Amino acid sequence: MSKYETVVGLEVHVELHTKTKIFCGCSTSFGAPPNTHTCPVCLGHPGVLPVLNRQAVEYAMKAALAINCEVADWCKFDRKNYFYPDSPKAYQISQFDQPIGQNGWIDIEVNGKTKRIGITRLHLEEDAGKLTHMDGGFGSLVDLNRVGTPLVEIVSEPDIRSPEEAKAYLEKLRAIMLYCDVSDVKMEEGSLRCDANISIRPYGQEKFGTRAELKNMNSFRGVQRGLEYEEIRQAEVLDGGGTVVQETRRWDEGQGKTISMRGKEEAHDYRYFPDPDLVRLHIDEEWKARVLASIPELPDARQSRYVEGYGLSAYDAGVLTASMKLADFFEESLKHTSDAKASANWIMGDLLGYLNANNLELGDVKITGQGLGEMIQLIEKGTISSKIAKTVFKGLVETGKSPQQIVEEQGLVQISDEGAIVAIVDAVIAANPQSVEDFRNGKEKAIGFLVGQIMKETKGKANPGMVNKLLVDRLNA
Amino acid sequence: MSITIKEVEHVANLARLELSDTEKEQFAGQLNAILKYAEKLNQLDTDGIEPTSHVLPLSNVMREDTVKPSWPIEKVLLNAPEEEDGQFKVPAVLE
Repeated sequence: MSKYETVVGLEVHVELHTKTKIFCGCSTSFGAPPNTHTCPVCLGHPGVLPVLNRQAVEYAMKAALAINCEVADWCKFDRKNYFYPDSPKAYQISQFDQPIGQNGWIDIEVNGKTKRIGITRLHLEEDAGKLTHMDGGFGSLVDLNRVGTPLVEIVSEPDIRSPEEAKAYLEKLRAIMLYCDVSDVKMEEGSLRCDANISIRPYGQEKFGTRAELKNMNSFRGVQRGLEYEEIRQAEVLDGGGTVVQETRRWDEGQGKTISMRGKEEAHDYRYFPDPDLVRLHIDEEWKARVLASIPELPDARQSRYVEGYGLSAYDAGVLTASMKLADFFEESLKHTSDAKASANWIMGDLLGYLNANNLELGDVKITGQGLGEMIQLIEKGTISSKIAKTVFKGLVETGKSPQQIVEEQGLVQISDEGAIVAIVDAVIAANPQSVEDFRNGKEKAIGFLVGQIMKETKGKANPGMVNKLLVDRLNA
Repeated sequence: MSITIKEVEHVANLARLELSDTEKEQFAGQLNAILKYAEKLNQLDTDGIEPTSHVLPLSNVMREDTVKPSWPIEKVLLNAPEEEDGQFKVPAVLE
């Protein structure tokens, strides 16, 4: 156990998935040829006038309300001035002292304990362009398609105390954004990006240590690893009698370490001032109420409903509600079966197992909640055995046919006809005198072999309970 | 308030301007003259008046989220000093 306490605050950028950019009508769709989604406004030509996208404001409000922020009655946009080729105007339109949302929080769960992480602010701003560095240092290429994509920046309080908590915070934040349907929040595509401020201090010390700002962590795992590396690095600096320098460090995934970004250390002086081209934004109570009403039931609420209503464990309910699509799927299945636990088990075991093994998402496979629910009903009714259900399940995932159809087409109906089973039992007994003899001499295990033979004869379709009972009856006769 | 040479250097650096010593003196003088002129405003009593960020009595000017055609790439790149593969080419920027 380290003698230092880690203190982390996260700055998360979330791209809002509007159809158009925040201040012009250029498309925001991903993957277009470079610079084909640009116009004089987002290219920063002189004399143009940005006009605010109403949808971007609504998404930002929705995100702010979903993380329990107070939404401002009035806010404005400011220019943040800096020179970098990814920003053709040489300033970014952002919000300085009047963010859309402030004083929010979300709850995270780590090691079975719930912890509340404060959110300082959420503000709306525009994204920058993309730079590609040419091999050999001959130059950099600038693609301005992404310039002007609406972003919200969500700044947490320094309430996070471990890399694990940081990961849980990001996962919860991502889930909430997905539930609200304001962003795709894909870290790999850059629609969710995270910078971290991290410092350490001896336990019991109130004053924060000197922090480093970490950048370039491109996955949840990367965030966790970057922070883990940094807390050890800072502890080593302090233990060696040194002092931590306030600086920006880049996480290098390949090398598995953080590297100081010297040269960019010139003190930030962004000279924010109100953007004169954009008038103030007034958000009245009616607008807030309307956006609030559009927020669906969020993961935490849904999780407790599953625990209380369906008797699921908090862990299981957490897995199911981590993604709204999965939770919706689960609820759809419950329209067709009352066995919530069975449905949860099939989803968490077989379905997620299949998706993970094949690196797929729920939307990539054909199974529906209805299909799963109906299949569970077939098991309940004794039409198919749990073993055969595995075959049906595979059919559901791969073909999207109804379980009834799969059962019929593949002849998977469970054999529960006593006469039919007796006939097979007798045949198997007759064909395996040695095993029968072993059983009668007290080798209980021999029965397993006989059951296996019967199942083989029936291609697994015989009702297992009936097979056991009839076989024992016959052997003891 | 008076602008020092050091502040001129700082602002010039932020604006990526290289100034000679003569220019620094010259601009310090000019900036001070401008500030002095604007200082007149300080004579107004603004107690209890909310800071004004915009002079226009307007709010909530917004557009709908509807895609409009972007510019053709040839036109986009007209201002590019150098280009390559449909992109603006700039001096190497190293992380």
